[in-house]
Amino acid sequence: MTETDRPIRVLVAKVGLDGHDRGAKVIARALRDAGMEVIYTGLHRRPEDVVTSAIQEDVDVIGVSILSGAHMTVFPRIIELLEEGGADENTLVLGGGVMPDEDVEELKKMGIAEILGQDTPPDAVVETVRHLVEERGARV
Amino acid sequence: MARGVDSAQSLIEQVRAGHVPSIARMISRIESGADGVVEQVAELYRLGGHARIVGITGPSGAGKSTLLTSLVRELRARDKAVGIVAIDPSSPFSGGSILGDRIRMSELYHDPDVYIRSMATRGALGGLTRATTDAVAVLDAAGKDVVLVETVGVGQDEVDIVRACHTTVVISAPGMGDDVQAVKAGILEIADIHVVNKADRPDANKTIRELKMMLKDAGQLSTGGWNVPVLATVAEDGKGVDELVDALERHYDHLLSSGEIEERERTMAAHRLKTIIQNVALDRIEDPSTGSDFDEAVEEVRLRKRGPFTVALDLLESSV
Repeated sequence: MTETDRPIRVLVAKVGLDGHDRGAKVIARALRDAGMEVIYTGLHRRPEDVVTSAIQEDVDVIGVSILSGAHMTVFPRIIELLEEGGADENTLVLGGGVMPDEDVEELKKMGIAEILGQDTPPDAVVETVRHLVEERGARV
Repeated sequence: MARGVDSAQSLIEQVRAGHVPSIARMISRIESGADGVVEQVAELYRLGGHARIVGITGPSGAGKSTLLTSLVRELRARDKAVGIVAIDPSSPFSGGSILGDRIRMSELYHDPDVYIRSMATRGALGGLTRATTDAVAVLDAAGKDVVLVETVGVGQDEVDIVRACHTTVVISAPGMGDDVQAVKAGILEIADIHVVNKADRPDANKTIRELKMMLKDAGQLSTGGWNVPVLATVAEDGKGVDELVDALERHYDHLLSSGEIEERERTMAAHRLKTIIQNVALDRIEDPSTGSDFDEAVEEVRLRKRGPFTVALDLLESSV
């Protein structure tokens, strides 16, 4: 057996003061219905909470939903913490929410795998996650 | 995630040292049945045997996750390193799952002596996955003093917990339907410790009284010299959790002093072996390379050409 026998594991997180979690919950369900194991963190988490959870749970993907405008603070911090924890190579970070195009570009340069805007259909999120995990290949 | 870990042996060393990414990686390797994992688990199993394993179960809504958080806080105050395995069901349709136990446990994230892992049942019979007991063995070998295994739901699945734990705690709460119906027969009997959570509710005393009565009627208030306590807790503010940890320690002491620990651990080992044997046998029978044709056997039974028992015995003889 190979490591691919394990379902894709995704941490779905809400960070900071942003209390709008309907989108995150819809995405969590869509990923579950696609056969993935989704760990939901609940609201108002710190980047530290997200990265600690991701490392303990050994997830393939972290999906952060942000609608508050704090993305340029939150994502760099998550990337930094993943590097500190030695988990940056294996963990893909995806963002979802409302963000200006120029920020999206900059976030991708920082190492965010993909930003999915507010109009992305759940199926497209599922496909993106599958594709990115496949592209990353077997884990170290 | 275990960057810099270049061999199976060093992964085990890292796990023993309590290195969190290595513990996480090891559990994933177990879950996926990665190459060489059987040998690694054997090594970890040999190194373990020090942790106390506590099963926690009860109907959803009783406050298991919240109580677990308070319980860990109290165990940490007593300087115990804690591992948690939180199990949630996989969807029988998609195989996917949403694991939400962490939501209530965020205060525990940054304590390096607390490790939390969410696991899905992945369709395993008995609720406790094949991987769960191995994950417990990893946390044991990683030096955790106490490993808490939490499962949701009620029924046969929970009976399996007993077979993998030193102490089983069953949680219920007032107002969960007629009497203590939520705590069904079968669940009542597996508890070494009963907890009625949300004890600040006005009807809590009634629930405690009824539970004690049911236990008395079933002859379950005292087993093997151990008096099964019915404790009251308010998980939200930690009331009664101190007494719960005392009860856990008392139960473990009882296992040691009465010698029952041997019997428990024998049951645990036997259950583990039986589970593995069942799994391996099924895997082999379903694997075409062993020369058996499972699909054809299914057809023979469907068309009533041969009896199911005869076919099953044939399959076992030819491929196991």
